[in-house]
Amino acid sequence: MDLNYNEEELAFRKEVQDFLAEKLPKRIADKVKNLQRLTKEDMVEWHGLLNDRGWLASGWPKEHGGAAFDAVQKNIFEEEACRAGAPRVVPFGVGMLAPVLMAFGSDEQCAHYLPRILDGTDWWCQGYSEPGAGSDLASLKTSAKRDGDHYIVNGQKTWTTLGQHADWIFCLVRTSTEGKPQQGISFLLIDMATPGIEVRPIILLDGEHEVNEIFFDDVKVPIGNLVGEENQGWTYAKYLLTHERTGTAGIGFSTEGLEQLKRIAKLQKKSGKPLAQDPYFAARMAKIEIDLAALRTTNLRVLQDAMSGAASPVDASMMKVKGTVIRQAINDLARRALGPHALPFVSEALDAGYNEPPIGPDYANPVASDYFNNRKLSIFAGSNEIQKNIISKLSGL
Amino acid sequence: MDFTHSDDRRMLADMAARFVREKYTIEKRHEFAASDEGFSREIWAEFAELGLIGAMFSEDVGGFGGSGFDLAVVFEELGKGLVVEPMLANLVAGKLIEHAGGPEQKMLLEKVIGGETLITFAHSEPDSHYDLAHVATKAEKTDKGYRLTGHKSAVLNGDSADLLIVSARISGDAGDEDGIALFLVNPRADGVSIRGCPTVDGGRVGEIALNGVEISDKVMLGDGTDCFAHIEKATAAGIVAISAEALGAMQVSTEMTLEYLKTRKQFGVIIGRFQVLQHRYAEMLIEIEQVRSSLINAAGQLDGGRELREWNVSALKNLVGRVGHLVAEECIQMHGGIGMTWEYALPHFAKRLTMIDHQFGDEDYHIERVIALSAA
Ligand SMILES: Cc1cc2nc3c(=O)[nH]c(=O)nc-3n(C[C@H](O)[C@H](O)[C@H](O)COP(=O)(O)OP(=O)(O)OC[C@H]3O[C@@H](n4cnc5c(N)ncnc54)[C@H](O)[C@@H]3O)c2cc1C
Repeated sequence: MDLNYNEEELAFRKEVQDFLAEKLPKRIADKVKNLQRLTKEDMVEWHGLLNDRGWLASGWPKEHGGAAFDAVQKNIFEEEACRAGAPRVVPFGVGMLAPVLMAFGSDEQCAHYLPRILDGTDWWCQGYSEPGAGSDLASLKTSAKRDGDHYIVNGQKTWTTLGQHADWIFCLVRTSTEGKPQQGISFLLIDMATPGIEVRPIILLDGEHEVNEIFFDDVKVPIGNLVGEENQGWTYAKYLLTHERTGTAGIGFSTEGLEQLKRIAKLQKKSGKPLAQDPYFAARMAKIEIDLAALRTTNLRVLQDAMSGAASPVDASMMKVKGTVIRQAINDLARRALGPHALPFVSEALDAGYNEPPIGPDYANPVASDYFNNRKLSIFAGSNEIQKNIISKLSGL
Repeated sequence: MDFTHSDDRRMLADMAARFVREKYTIEKRHEFAASDEGFSREIWAEFAELGLIGAMFSEDVGGFGGSGFDLAVVFEELGKGLVVEPMLANLVAGKLIEHAGGPEQKMLLEKVIGGETLITFAHSEPDSHYDLAHVATKAEKTDKGYRLTGHKSAVLNGDSADLLIVSARISGDAGDEDGIALFLVNPRADGVSIRGCPTVDGGRVGEIALNGVEISDKVMLGDGTDCFAHIEKATAAGIVAISAEALGAMQVSTEMTLEYLKTRKQFGVIIGRFQVLQHRYAEMLIEIEQVRSSLINAAGQLDGGRELREWNVSALKNLVGRVGHLVAEECIQMHGGIGMTWEYALPHFAKRLTMIDHQFGDEDYHIERVIALSAA
């Protein structure tokens, strides 16, 4: 048992800190820290800077241009990136599609798509969910029928995050209706510029355009865009779920969120004294800090297991549930800390360059809205109810 | 014991319910909320005509009721429609005038009840959090009256009021209950500047700067005594009202969720078949009934003695904070992605339920008060 980072890990942390200090544009970090809107250009710019350093694809092996960080390094990187206010790396291409291509795609597919993910040529989005297929993903209906050298795709995907920016979408599609629903699903790559695709925005409860509906009407997709074998898509999607373990706990976000919360609680006053000194509020904050300290170590334990190949799928579900609950609790407390100042909300102030003086304290405007937006954390990527079903099922219940 | 309302009050409730049901669609609500003033003057005029504003006040001042239960039945219905008209603002400010105003000042309420004059209570300040005694705004004595200097924040509908009731300190320090006076201030007077702003749950607030506003003696509300007691009492009315609003919003939220649990299918069955969701739905119903009881407790004590009133009102607001939070989060969660969308009504109810905890004191503020009042 040794709870300390070793020399190499400490040196690595320093390297990450130096990189962030030098390369992360202040303009972008300010937006992230002030919970302002990031444009597509901001995200692409940050991806580019990371890629120049060889760190965009932190988990990919070196041969594909990745950084091949081990689990502890990934964790250190995430902590430092969040602290510095770096945007999160958009996960769809780098974190979701790429591991599937490396494991199940052809050499040609890897050679074609992976470099384009790295250099920002292709922006990917994830087309799994459908109106009728959320938690029960295997019931998806979007169909791909063989017609010579093509699949003809018809149907609808929904909740597609940042699909409005996407050049490509990786989809789970139905190629067979025989056997169990899981057995007739394939993993297909679709160029968003293909005729017959329509993207419609869905506005979320905070008024933001973050997700989309995507309609497919006789969309012709070359058969070469199939990943792996036909009707094996479910296996690939599940592989991804169990292999994308790091980051699901969102420790970096929570750590930074807690720091921000403490700052707010020092500045907000209750009966003339800092709110941080109010026993009720202080107890709420301390409880989260206790939970987060435990989760940080749980996360490291899971990462260590993952490195030695001993992680159980239960771990991923546990980290998802606990990680999102803590993040949401931090958002909840930040909102509470503001008292009446949580009410005013000027949407335009979420754009950088908004020049009006703030209403109330300068950190107040986005806080309640951010709390509402992050209710999504317990819904997407397998809802927390589904994760608990998995945990109890794998435990033998 | 009798938990039924009088016929008159039932008619009042039915009328409010019908109005909301027939005229106040969620689309209209969003349209009103997005307008410059954040509400509809036409709807406000109809409220006046229907006697809904009058129902908030006693017959002494030209109203038709004004008891805790009158507030409760009307606001419960308003909560079901997520009504954005400035009822709460006018209620609290109106109660101050009803309780503390001199005879001439009370005449003002006729115009409030008639929907012609909009009033609001400019009290909360940047550093007050929810502390009612935290008034730092100064009222300095001058030859002709007073000079007001200070800052009021998150004033409900502060940008559309025709008249502000401003709390300011004549003596003592922020936090002292003594030394606070109330003044009727024209929002267009020299030295008053108001910035209006939408709220995250569809309402409007004003940030009000008072930069040496010269006012005459005559605009002091009443004789200037016992102001803190009046503030407490008017706030208690506000808490009963906003809690009833929350109760209405909780009912709609759970009804929508029930409907969804009964129709949404996953894994070949309606999701309402999953026991974990059944139990969580049941939990909400249990808690909402407790809110209704707590509301009855507080409404019944609204015109009673201070200690009982304040204990029950703080107990109510604490419970509403807890249950509102539960219902808001659970209803969104049980809907899945649909519960996150602007186009669907549910998340707007959830947002309002959440933000109700940010008005007139949150869970923590009121539990602290309950403890203090119990110890007293
Ligand atoms: C902001 C946001 C972004 C998203 N981005 C993407 C994306 O980029 N790509 C993509 O493909 N999808 C995306 N999703 C979709 C997301 O994965 C789904 O919302 C999620 O899988 C839940 O499905 P659903 O919304 O249909 O809810 P449902 O599955 O209908 O669930 C409704 C409720 O029932 C519960 N429930 C369902 N089944 C069970 C059960 N067996 N036992 C107990 N409870 C159950 C759920 O937990 C939930 O509380 C996104 C969603 C959101 C909100």
